[in-house]
Amino acid sequence: MGANLLVNYGEAVAMILFVIGFANLLLHKNLIKKIIGLNIMDSAIYLFLAEKGYIEGRVVPIVVDGVQEVEAYINPIPSGLVLTGIVVSVSVSALMLSLTIRLYRRYHTLDLDEISTMLKKEGL
Amino acid sequence: MDFVRNFPFFSIMISMFSGIASSVLSEKAAKWLNRAAIMVIGVLSLVLLLYLRTEGESYTYMMGHFPAPWGNEIRAGVLEAGMALFFCVIMLLSMLGGSAKLQVEVAEEKQNLYYILVNLLLSSLLALVYTNDIFTAYVFVEINTITACGLIMIRETGRAIEASVRYMIMSLLGSGMLLLGICILYDLTGHLLMSNMKEQVALLAASGEYRIPLLVTIALISVGLSIKSALFPFHAWLPDAYGYSTVSSAAILSSLVSKGYIFLLIKIIYRVIGFDVFHASKILNVLFVFGLMGMIFGSLSAIEENDINRMIAFSSVAQIGYIFMGIGLGTQIAMTASVFHILSHAATKSLLFISSTGLTDVSDDSRRFIDLTGAGYRHPWAGAAFSVGSLSMVGVPLFSGFISKLLFAQAAVQNTGKMLPALIVLSISTILNAIYFMKTVIRIYTPLETEEGSKVRFKDMRLFVVTLFLFILLNVLLGVTSKPIVEMIEQGLSMFA
Repeated sequence: MGANLLVNYGEAVAMILFVIGFANLLLHKNLIKKIIGLNIMDSAIYLFLAEKGYIEGRVVPIVVDGVQEVEAYINPIPSGLVLTGIVVSVSVSALMLSLTIRLYRRYHTLDLDEISTMLKKEGL
Repeated sequence: MDFVRNFPFFSIMISMFSGIASSVLSEKAAKWLNRAAIMVIGVLSLVLLLYLRTEGESYTYMMGHFPAPWGNEIRAGVLEAGMALFFCVIMLLSMLGGSAKLQVEVAEEKQNLYYILVNLLLSSLLALVYTNDIFTAYVFVEINTITACGLIMIRETGRAIEASVRYMIMSLLGSGMLLLGICILYDLTGHLLMSNMKEQVALLAASGEYRIPLLVTIALISVGLSIKSALFPFHAWLPDAYGYSTVSSAAILSSLVSKGYIFLLIKIIYRVIGFDVFHASKILNVLFVFGLMGMIFGSLSAIEENDINRMIAFSSVAQIGYIFMGIGLGTQIAMTASVFHILSHAATKSLLFISSTGLTDVSDDSRRFIDLTGAGYRHPWAGAAFSVGSLSMVGVPLFSGFISKLLFAQAAVQNTGKMLPALIVLSISTILNAIYFMKTVIRIYTPLETEEGSKVRFKDMRLFVVTLFLFILLNVLLGVTSKPIVEMIEQGLSMFA
């Protein structure tokens, strides 16, 4: 168990980051900090994927001087997944930020709970 | 290859491109394009369904030029085609029923944006239903989330924006967990296509290797998707999101978006993890307990609620609890009941949302119960439709809700270990359902003392009334002709395995 943890330290770091991001997104009141948490969480997953795709001592699968053995290259699929995931998380962050701007313009605070109490007072 | 086999791909593309085209069209043209697209996709799905029924087996469809272990695939069976058809029907009816309200509630220059969102939502739902690639499923889950958020916030009141922020936060937590689960599963199996993954997962389960990672994966995916579909302890975002959006959105969100995620979960259970492995993992019991709690607490919150839309929204929490209870019972017949309840709840809940706008319209736009007194006389069609929806939710024979409750009860009897809690909670929840729905029905049929006699006229709202009628028809159809539908679901589920 301990030895595995040491070998896979990259994945372990990714998991810790994931939990940090997850807790931030869930527990923070401040909307901007929530969005930062979201980005930490997503990046942690990409780190995890990149760690899994990388194989020690191999190179990027870009053919320079003729195709070599399969053993010469790392696994490119996780990198492809990371790219797709980044596109998704960028669009989601943009949407969240735009919603935050809307709320800030209207209520002049970033605190979600405070906004809720204001809404209750408005009685809408 | 038969030409019919292209239809799933066509359906996804038609809805996606009509979404793109709507961005340059006028509001009116976008509206008609939206309706036409949904209808065309519905017809395509129907043809596909009939074709698959006669063919008797599912097929995979290669996307692009790379064969199975590398390329992307679409898979269609009876259940997928049936779901696609049903989603189209519900979406069309919800859009028709809510269109008058949409004109009033959404700013004029924003209206074609609404149709873009609806088209994209439909395409992402269809992709979720048809895809055979788990990472594609994740991408479309996110598209689904983003468009659903747009549907909630389109009214641009403070409440709607706050509700959509809360919805996004919970949804993103869910999709983060789903993504992590998918990544770990990819690392364990080395595949992204569902069928290849399943073979590897079966091998892993048989050899006992990577037992804990596999368990963690199953837990992450199940919990992630149940957060997104508002299973009980994760439902806090739901009442606001459904209660303060425009009515078409509420109907679509409650009956399609959350059901899309549940369908994906069922698909993953059967097609990726394998029913036996999932059954052995005991995650089932967690879903079962949460489902039972949802059935009780959702109904209790609904009883306390003083706002008709929020009451209907809380009732959704209870109904989603039913579906997860069915999944948690862990037998084939219970799963059939769950899938049937997806259909019956979708048909009933959208009917309730649409008809409740009719009632609030004749009560000075107030949604408080006290103001709704006698609304059933002022708007007889909406009143009748609401009563039908309520009866169906409570589980009166002739309507769809009865059949799903019957199926759940039959399924519960077969599972000896979980029979008692399932049956007890089912009966308590039915009584609670009856309390809050009958309370509402009695309220809207209590005559006001000062009757001003301002009845609505049929010719002002032809479309609305016709939609309500079609909804009622759909409900009765599901209730009366349940046998072929249940057979179809069974056939579809056996194709999954």
